Amino acid sequence: MIISNALADFGQYCIFLRRVFSIPDRWRELARRVAQEVMKLGIDSIPLVIIISIFVGAVIAIQMQLNVTSPLMPAYSVGLATRDILLLEFSNSILCMILAGKVGSNIASEIGTMRVTEQIDALDIMGLNSSNFIVLPKVIGFVGFMPVLVIICITMSFVGGWLVTQFTDIISEQKYIFGLQAFFNEWYVWYGLIKSLFFAFIISTVSSYYGYYVKGGALDVGKSSTNAVVVSCVFILFFDVLLTKLLLQ
Amino acid sequence: MIEVKDVTKAFDGHTVLHDITATFYTGKTNLIIGQSGSGKTVMMKSLVGLITPDQGQILFDGRDLVTMNREQRKELRKEIGMLFQGSALFDNETVLGNVMFPLKMFTRSSWGEMRDRAMFCLERVDLKGAENKFPSEISGGMQKRVAIARAIALNPKYLFCDEPNSGLDPKTSIVIDELLRDITREYNMTTVINTHDMNSVLGIGENIIFLNHGHREWVGDMSQIYTTANEALNDFVFATRLFSDLRRYVVKNGLQKP
Repeated sequence: MIISNALADFGQYCIFLRRVFSIPDRWRELARRVAQEVMKLGIDSIPLVIIISIFVGAVIAIQMQLNVTSPLMPAYSVGLATRDILLLEFSNSILCMILAGKVGSNIASEIGTMRVTEQIDALDIMGLNSSNFIVLPKVIGFVGFMPVLVIICITMSFVGGWLVTQFTDIISEQKYIFGLQAFFNEWYVWYGLIKSLFFAFIISTVSSYYGYYVKGGALDVGKSSTNAVVVSCVFILFFDVLLTKLLLQ
Repeated sequence: MIEVKDVTKAFDGHTVLHDITATFYTGKTNLIIGQSGSGKTVMMKSLVGLITPDQGQILFDGRDLVTMNREQRKELRKEIGMLFQGSALFDNETVLGNVMFPLKMFTRSSWGEMRDRAMFCLERVDLKGAENKFPSEISGGMQKRVAIARAIALNPKYLFCDEPNSGLDPKTSIVIDELLRDITREYNMTTVINTHDMNSVLGIGENIIFLNHGHREWVGDMSQIYTTANEALNDFVFATRLFSDLRRYVVKNGLQKP
């Protein structure tokens, strides 16, 4: 029963995606709405990304210092390990799971509200492809802006680690910065960016799907919003494993 | 004119519409009435193509909606305006933006031309001056009027209204009813109104179709409704003492038209 329901949901999700990625009715309107979504889903997320990145960067730097205490390990290992953790996992997977909470619930509740207030029916009756009209700008806007959020996250988390060197004496600034630069592998940045694009796609489409097919009232919109976040996070974790295997090995 | 022929619709083995046949006339306010659960909403959704009937035909001036392909439906829908129960205005657009929306999506007019047309429609529903407000900033009655302005922006041939008076006070309901009747005549539209508001039934019902448990029980106009022998219709329309007394008065003295 659970498997058949999951398969039915997946089938409906695929049909939904086919409708979303059809040719828009008006390109100019699409461009206008993409700009709005970049502002709403992307730029409005920057403060959250900055705050979380600074604190997580600082925490990781402190934890690395506490754990890398062997005299055999060079002091710059703290910077190096902090950098690799932030580049490989935090700036994409963890960031996207956090954004699934903010952006995913926003998308699901917005579209769900449009459904229960008959705004989607109104679009359908006008002869518009409602899923394409509502969802495509969100997907383009969020996926397109995701690399910017990742770069901001990387930068600010490094700043968070650097702040530890400024306000504590557990690691010197010089060694931390040397560690950040040591044995740098550029591919790690690309790896993080590629993963984040997949995750942004998952967040925007899964949340839109749950919002679009809401049935009922306000309570059901809340439930769909929760489901959207949970399912997005599960998919992010699944694809994290898959993409890591594919991209790093 | 819209002709419905032998339309049947069932959900999970439960038949909601049984062989419905009806005609909705151009230039008239056509009302679908019935108790909750009588099949009004399914009927309305079938008429606008949100639900596909299991059998039967829905002919829009001879064009069968049921057998149309996606492109043909898309073209037909440009001729349809719809007023929803909850108005269904776009929250993130102003009143003007809502009325301009169909113009932006389906016409090649300049921004100035679209604005002029939208302002004309807003003026027609007596909402000049509210164009820069958001739907959340205006009353329910005004929201309904904005929805009417949006529905007529493209000069539709067919106008569908789902419970237009739901949630409105009696005075505002009369304003909306009169507006719908007037624009129907003015633009010679085929207007179909789904309602269980007795004021609407007795005020603007030029062609009334009464549904009962998914069956078409009665067809007539507002003057015939007073003298009908249909028991289910009498029970429904004249359920309150006020309307029951009104009926007795009309039967005794005749209907005095204003």
